[in-house]
Amino acid sequence: MNSDKKVISVRNLTKKFGSFTANDDLSFDVYQGEIFGFLGANGAGKTTAMKILCGLSYPTSGEIMVAGLDVYKQREELKRNIGYMSQKFSLYEDLTVFENIRFYAGIYGMSLKDIKLKSDDLLKKLDLVHARNKRIGELPLGWKQKLAFSVAIFHNPEIVFLDEPTGGVDPVTRRQFWDLIYEASRNGITVFVTTHYMDEAEYCNRVSIMVDGRIEALDTPEGLKNKFDAKDMDEVFLRLARKSNYKE
Amino acid sequence: MKRFIGFLKKEFYHIFRDKRSMLILFGMPIVQLLLFGFVITNDLKDVKMAVVDHSKDEYTSEIINKITSSGYFKLVKSLDGIAQVDELFRKGETKLVLVFEPDFGKNFIKGSKASVQILTDASEPNMASLEVNYLQGILQNYNLEINRGKIVPSQISTQTRMYFNPNMESVYMFVPGIMATILMLVSAMMTSISIAREKEMGTMEILLVSPLRPLQIILGKVTPYLFLSFINALVIVGMGYFVFGVPVLGSFALLMAESLLFILMALSLGIFISTVSDSQQVAMMLSMFALMLPTILLSGFIFPLRNMPVPLQIISHIIPPRWFIIIIKNIMLKGSGFEFVWKETLILIGMTAGFIGLSVKKFKIRLE
Repeated sequence: MNSDKKVISVRNLTKKFGSFTANDDLSFDVYQGEIFGFLGANGAGKTTAMKILCGLSYPTSGEIMVAGLDVYKQREELKRNIGYMSQKFSLYEDLTVFENIRFYAGIYGMSLKDIKLKSDDLLKKLDLVHARNKRIGELPLGWKQKLAFSVAIFHNPEIVFLDEPTGGVDPVTRRQFWDLIYEASRNGITVFVTTHYMDEAEYCNRVSIMVDGRIEALDTPEGLKNKFDAKDMDEVFLRLARKSNYKE
Repeated sequence: MKRFIGFLKKEFYHIFRDKRSMLILFGMPIVQLLLFGFVITNDLKDVKMAVVDHSKDEYTSEIINKITSSGYFKLVKSLDGIAQVDELFRKGETKLVLVFEPDFGKNFIKGSKASVQILTDASEPNMASLEVNYLQGILQNYNLEINRGKIVPSQISTQTRMYFNPNMESVYMFVPGIMATILMLVSAMMTSISIAREKEMGTMEILLVSPLRPLQIILGKVTPYLFLSFINALVIVGMGYFVFGVPVLGSFALLMAESLLFILMALSLGIFISTVSDSQQVAMMLSMFALMLPTILLSGFIFPLRNMPVPLQIISHIIPPRWFIIIIKNIMLKGSGFEFVWKETLILIGMTAGFIGLSVKKFKIRLE
């Protein structure tokens, strides 16, 4: 965390689908350059909240500012300033590496010259220069994932939203993937990440844990472990998740 | 705009790199045209025919000769009476029986009516009517030949009550029909699948999060198919004209404008299908059952609507290709102008607007 500048500011976010409350009065801030872990069991409301922050869905009520923009009124500008990578794989298999980069960078309005320069650097960094003109379908999953992340931040967004980005990837590749996340964070890009790997939660600067649509805990991984007297995040998570069961 | 062009480029890559798409796009129209053109039209070849000749004179044998030498019919049996006809039809040994009345030749010479009865196996109504048409054509020709230079004209009367078509109607029918089928297939099915694919692969979310507007995404998806479908329409009309001699009697510009309208209708239908299906498979199945089968079965393309049971005739009114086929038949074969097809055109415009409206509504619900 290297800044006090709020990049995401959420006050009393509530989202209802009919009588079902998916997000119940959420309030939190995320600061520039921070890696913010957004945890919760399946169905806890993570994806719903994330969609609202990305401008994909309207909240029922609440004040939400992302990158200094109002998600109700400044949706179009907001979209220009964020990056997004979903749990599903998000590059086009039948396009080459460069064509994918050119396409995604193009829809964010980058010029072809910039795209070429920047993609050369990127491919060098990822050690993928030889694969520039290969179709994505021919690459191993780990590379695809790293590339997908790099493409998501290619247009230099203020924030990048990652929706369970490392699903189905082996631990070594996951570690490498996190190196990319750290690098982005050092460059001032705020990272908002959902995950259900608890070891990944340890890599985050701060973590929020959602249970049944509410944020039950929000602190650094160290802070949470102390508070719940747990030896790792797994234990913290289990204690909180159990609350949900009592209620039912 | 630059963004949009980038998007279009990507769409064309998707199409050109997918062998299946390419096959449907360019192989299908040509293969279908050739199939329908040659197989169906030449199907009237060596139709098995039997003869009951109660007269047995030079005229009847000459007529039989004419018929068998036409290549359309093949004489398989000579019968003494019509008692066995039923059984022969059942066994499929013959499709058609020609019955000459006693004293056929005498009546023919005298100039009074010489009558001939045509019995056909009507379990395949279309084929039967086609066969009768051909047969009547041959008889008529023979009659004209004989009458040349005669004072008292001879007359053959046939007893199937089908009016004489210049026997080309069913041959011409397939160009409008295939045009409707192909445009429907390419426009509606391929767009719905291509949008569903983005949803399935998770790339749709990325596109929605990006600065591209939903309308741009939809237009980007649809434009390549609009373009390719239009090329297909040109290819089909061109092949119909040059390979099968199907004329375009009316205005070519009007024909193309109507085709464009039909393509737009099919595209909006494709978008609508994609809003209700989340995977390529669902989109494919929906297109198959909701589009392809009705297009082929209920549009009047292969099976004449007037022969159908009333409920099916009623359903056929909501099948867009039905109207399109009427329009292009009118323009191509009858040379009609807009004043004769404006009603059908209006129906297509209404359907297009309806599908677009429904899709927009669906799309909004999804965003909420």
